[in-house]
Amino acid sequence: MEAASVPARSAVPGQAVRSIISKYGLIVVLLIMPVVFAIEDLTSETDNLSRLGNNLVAGVSNGAIWALVAIGYTLVYGIVELINFAHGEVFMIGSFVSAGFFTTLGLTQSTGTGLLVIGLLLTLPVAMLASGLLNTMIERVAYRPLRSAPKLAPLITAVGFSFILQNVGLLWRGGSQQGITDLIRSQHELITIGGVDISNGDVLAVCVTIPLLLAMTTFIGQSRLGKAMRATAQDPDAARLMGINVDTTISLTFLIGGMLAGAGGLIYALYQTTIWYFQGFTAGLVAFTAAVMGGIGNIRGAVLGGFIIGFIQQISDNRIGSEWTPVIVFAYLILIMVFKPSGLLGEETREAG
Amino acid sequence: MSTTATAPETGTEPTPKRRFDAPPWAEKALIPVFLVVVALLPFGMSSGGTLIGNATLALAYVVMALGLNIIVGFAGLLDLGYVAFFAIGAYTMGWLGSGFFAEVNHQKGVHIGVTGFASHLPGIHLNFFLILVFAVLFTTIAGMLIGLPTLRLRGDYIAIVTLAFGEIIGKIAVNSDQIKLSGVPLLGGVLENTFGKDQTFTAGRQGITPVDKIDVPFVDPFTSLNLRPWYWVALFLVAVVLFVNFRLRDSRLGRAWIALREDEVAAVAMGVPSVKTKLLAYGTGAAFGGIAGAYLGSFLNTVNADQFQFYFSILVLGMVILGGLGSIWGVVLGAITLSFINNWLIPDVLNSLPGDFGLDFDMTQITFAIYGFLLVIMMILRPQGLLPERRRAEEMTHGDETSDETIYTARA
Repeated sequence: MEAASVPARSAVPGQAVRSIISKYGLIVVLLIMPVVFAIEDLTSETDNLSRLGNNLVAGVSNGAIWALVAIGYTLVYGIVELINFAHGEVFMIGSFVSAGFFTTLGLTQSTGTGLLVIGLLLTLPVAMLASGLLNTMIERVAYRPLRSAPKLAPLITAVGFSFILQNVGLLWRGGSQQGITDLIRSQHELITIGGVDISNGDVLAVCVTIPLLLAMTTFIGQSRLGKAMRATAQDPDAARLMGINVDTTISLTFLIGGMLAGAGGLIYALYQTTIWYFQGFTAGLVAFTAAVMGGIGNIRGAVLGGFIIGFIQQISDNRIGSEWTPVIVFAYLILIMVFKPSGLLGEETREAG
Repeated sequence: MSTTATAPETGTEPTPKRRFDAPPWAEKALIPVFLVVVALLPFGMSSGGTLIGNATLALAYVVMALGLNIIVGFAGLLDLGYVAFFAIGAYTMGWLGSGFFAEVNHQKGVHIGVTGFASHLPGIHLNFFLILVFAVLFTTIAGMLIGLPTLRLRGDYIAIVTLAFGEIIGKIAVNSDQIKLSGVPLLGGVLENTFGKDQTFTAGRQGITPVDKIDVPFVDPFTSLNLRPWYWVALFLVAVVLFVNFRLRDSRLGRAWIALREDEVAAVAMGVPSVKTKLLAYGTGAAFGGIAGAYLGSFLNTVNADQFQFYFSILVLGMVILGGLGSIWGVVLGAITLSFINNWLIPDVLNSLPGDFGLDFDMTQITFAIYGFLLVIMMILRPQGLLPERRRAEEMTHGDETSDETIYTARA
């Protein structure tokens, strides 16, 4: 509908209100919980501002992981309009590969800092490649044969693959949460600024995530292959007519998404120091919430959503109780889906959600 | 978009081989035959053995799968949170048919229509069939409430929202053993007077147990030693649900569901009320889940939060897909098959198979992978299911004609 055919839009007062609600309503809803607890922190007798600060820092580290996973959802959705349900499990496999590779390299807590950094720098590409290739393989096996089938079909195979991978994890490392060597002394405070502790884990999360995000945005924004990805996302038919190999481009998208999830898995393993086969299911849903919150298909949105969700989750863990955190996150997911499926930064999608 | 391009092709295509099509009355004529044959089966089984137990479970799963079939198969709304209705049905049984609310009515309990042992126990004890009514009521409301937010959404978003609801209800079931009813805002005082100070909302992972046995008037009390009466009650539920399913599918409402599934825009343009039709699909499907949930609560003698996990939704979805989306007899077959695979074949027969090959895991450990593999294989090789419904089979195999809602539209 062209704008010209809707004359004097602001003449109807109800419509103006509605457009404001649809624009800012979600932001308000998102802010309720952090703001309530922040006010409580500020007004309480004892100086609790540092608690808010600590939550914020931990939220950023968690958010970095969710951002890396969420980008995988967003890239894939942007290009093939499919929720890659197995993406959380790809992330889980990234964690498992990292943990296995540490042991192979013989890294322990007593390894010197220099060697440790080299070891981690070796592990990162291994985890990324493992997850990336796994994700590409899933696309090849489970999604590509169903290209002309109704949308229901690839979604169901995605769920199926997610189950298969969970079981792989279960057989690999058993059915319970497993502690791994705390290589970087994740919770050890590195510096304290104004009562806010910044731990080794936080530094690691940010130091791995930021360069990766920069590299990825540069790749998608500047390189020829990145251009092909954007073109395919916009219009696969036209992209093919322009000589872009759509198949390769789709594979590449899954590869990049999987690689970022693998990096997220490495950070998760080092930061949380416990891994288990079921971590991917929750992580997948949390990251998907982040992707939807930012506006699915929008990379900056996924990063923003990741950090917001990380923060919300941290506050909920800290103030409401970690057993309720999934409920809070899922409630946010439903609220966003219902009231603003296009998210914070996303444009109205082709069918307006 | 591709419709115009492929239309001439389909015109010149040689007419597909006519398969043998049973006459239209055959599938309904099958109902009495099926029911009589299945009703006679227990005479060939020992009355307390595992076989009849598994068969009873299979019948309960048939009820559940037929419910999900209405939502996914008829109306085409992919529901990944069906376990929510199982949970609500089972908790209805647990709340209204056990000693869980022990403090109620000054520890004397409430008894309606129950005889025998249960009529002297504290707690709320209603007759099973009365509880079924409540279970249907609660799950229908829940189904519509869960359906409400998804009305504007597309297929894959519906899947995620229902999944989120299923997970929320599962988590509430697990965590609510810490929630005291007396702590509920506003109503806390009233609830405390009725249910006592320490009454929790659910029993969490510990589970509400024991749960009342089914109480049929003028029939000997049900015991866990003689499973035949349980089996026949389950069969009775299957009969009711089958009948309702066939009637619904051929009714105006059923045709509206199928129309919405095939092309929502066209259906709405033809005057199908989209909101009402979708909500009715959720409500009806949920009600069947509630019936099966209440039955299973009583049959398994426990209402335990661990039962209500995501994998259960996928198990039921697997039954529907294995049999054939939208095909009633297919879903019955799928539910019976997968139920026996789940409860008998994997744990009892094949469990030690990997060990025989020198692998150090049991078959039960890879149950998830088996279902996952089944879903993938079915979708790739035979998306229409074992006993496909004709119209749905067309959609699944030549999906690109019906809508542009396919992924990879580039290659359509």
